[in-house]
Amino acid sequence: MRPAVRDAVLSALIALGLFAPMVGLVLSNGEQGLELHGRPLAAAVVVALVFFGRLGMHLWTHRPGHEARTIRKSLKVPAGTSKFLAPALLAAAVLLPLTGSRYYVDLGTLVLTYVMLGWGLNIVVGLAGLLDLGYVAFYAVGAYSYALLAETFGLGFWTCLPLAGILAAFAGILLGFPVLRLRGDYLAIVTLAFGEIIRVVLINWVELTHGPNGITDIPRPTLFGLRFSMDDGDDTVAGFFGIEAETIQRVIFLYYVILALALLTNWVTLRLRRMPLGRAWEALREDEIACKSLGINVTNTKLTAFATGALFGGFAGAFFATRQAFISPESFTFIESATVLAIVVLGGLGSQLGVALAALVMVGGLEMLRDLLSTIGEQMGSELFSGLAGELPTYRMLIFGLALVVMMVLRPRGLVSGRTPTARL
Amino acid sequence: MTAPLLSLSGVSTYYGAIQALKNVDLQVHEGEIVTLIGANGAGKSTLMMTVCGNPRARAGQIIYDGRDITHEPTHLIMRRQIAQAPEGRRIFGRMTVYENLLMGAETSGQTNVPALLDQVCDLFPRLRERLTQRGGTLSGGEQQMLAIGRALMARPRLLLLDEPSLGLAPLVVRQIFGAIRTLNKETGLTVLLVEQNAYQALRLAHRGYVLVNGAITMAGTGVELLARPEIRAAYLEGGHYT
Ligand SMILES: Nc1ncnc2c1ncn2[C@@H]1O[C@H](COP(=O)(O)OP(=O)(O)OP(=O)(O)O)[C@@H](O)[C@H]1O
Ligand SMILES: [Mg+2]
Repeated sequence: MRPAVRDAVLSALIALGLFAPMVGLVLSNGEQGLELHGRPLAAAVVVALVFFGRLGMHLWTHRPGHEARTIRKSLKVPAGTSKFLAPALLAAAVLLPLTGSRYYVDLGTLVLTYVMLGWGLNIVVGLAGLLDLGYVAFYAVGAYSYALLAETFGLGFWTCLPLAGILAAFAGILLGFPVLRLRGDYLAIVTLAFGEIIRVVLINWVELTHGPNGITDIPRPTLFGLRFSMDDGDDTVAGFFGIEAETIQRVIFLYYVILALALLTNWVTLRLRRMPLGRAWEALREDEIACKSLGINVTNTKLTAFATGALFGGFAGAFFATRQAFISPESFTFIESATVLAIVVLGGLGSQLGVALAALVMVGGLEMLRDLLSTIGEQMGSELFSGLAGELPTYRMLIFGLALVVMMVLRPRGLVSGRTPTARL
Repeated sequence: MTAPLLSLSGVSTYYGAIQALKNVDLQVHEGEIVTLIGANGAGKSTLMMTVCGNPRARAGQIIYDGRDITHEPTHLIMRRQIAQAPEGRRIFGRMTVYENLLMGAETSGQTNVPALLDQVCDLFPRLRERLTQRGGTLSGGEQQMLAIGRALMARPRLLLLDEPSLGLAPLVVRQIFGAIRTLNKETGLTVLLVEQNAYQALRLAHRGYVLVNGAITMAGTGVELLARPEIRAAYLEGGHYT
């Protein structure tokens, strides 16, 4: 008992040091500019959580007749789980709109956007082993390509989608050239800078991009030329099928668009993995010198990895633009790159299923946690919970960090760590 | 005599300002096993890599099969039926043995993979048992067999081997050298072999070169070199008689 309490007190002290400033203090706009408020209760709750959590964990792992480290073992997924897990997830994704809930469909669309981004980045980071911290740049290029093409030439979503992808792929090659010789940390820094450069260009090239104001009224996608609109015209989906026009129809349509795009990404990746190009990517991750000695054109292999990853980032960007109908450079900050990278790493580098699960947990889980907190807050009339719910997005990176640390302890190779061979006899 | 398959004349290679190869002349004829011996840091690996164009020779000429390849890009050189098992094995650790072997065949555009796979597995039966195992979990000797097997999957005319005996038990070394001899006898494969294990290498090879500080100091048939007192003193008296 003694060591358990000592351990818990120690953890609580560390938590106090961390959370007293982070949670216990808030800045707000007051009459005389910024004001600092204390929020001792919130900090105390977090510290207490850490104390009791740690105490419980210690007692659990050290209970009599029990060997340590069982948490890790008990988390071991039985073999073959992924065999039915993937189809089950797919079925759930296809059937989700049947719930008819706008909330779930919107959330699903958000999650799928990150699944797609995760799968795209997975090609670069997971397969080719090129650490890219600026993936959001391609997302931005895709989004702005569509928005600008639509605004300038009046082109529709389906015409622009491939163009946005191609332009993003070009951006990928553009990034690829200067970083061909770099690996690891150096590559990470340059890609990080690339992401920021794109954002800064978007802000400052006002004549083209409207700068910080962003681009508004980006057209929505059509279904074989039919618009989703409330005006009952003959060229609208509702008018054509003779049904009542409802917003949810467009929401569901968008959901299926991103589902199809994500599945396309997955399909292409799985196909490429079984082809010489995909295997060359993986070989490159394993050993560049060996690749050279086998006659692999390392330059082209790297560039195609960057370009393919960027292509899907661009598709996702175009989708983002059409869904939001408004984009501005603010949507493409480093935090997006970090989120997508965290999803890839948490999922287990290179694992398609892992990435999908990680996106589900990190994006979907977080949103649901926020809604849960605010519901509790409303019901109990507690300012603490609704306050926390409102601030949750700002704690996103904290939660990501926490999840990463926990993962490193429990499953150091990511949620799904096994690598499926690309060729069988 | 016909023209050599591979010929280096006056080749000098530099790492920055440091000269690693000094005016090297070396020939390998079709169907020969040629070994290159020398102390640590003599430049043996550098010579082998220079043939592949990485690093590139700063002076001199490298002729392969009648064609000047001195300035060709590495990946194109490696597609001219030259295959290399580089120093330190460098197999793809997370990929299976089968995938590793496929990598050897694919980049050189081999179409008859099953037949090639059969040949390699006949040569190294250990690999056949372990085709689905991850490369990184093989033993050192098995990894070396895989590295050689991967190079052979490209169906090379010229095989470059850099210290295949490194860190292996005498029995495994004999197996691997036996495999090299078999290949050379049965398929006429030309081999350039870099070795520390001078005694065995010189017994296996038709001819040998001795590299000291980046320059060739001696050349001759394996038997001749083995008989030289200075070779015995420098490379053999250290207990390499296995
Ligand atoms: N990339 C490099 N940059 C700078 N110097 C290098 C590089 N590679 C090798 N050298 C130097 O070139 C010289 C020859 O190296 P090399 O690897 O060719 O030796 P080696 O004969 O293969 O030795 P060993 O038997 O130990 O493998 C050494 O002095 C080494 O330090
Ligand atoms: Mg060497």
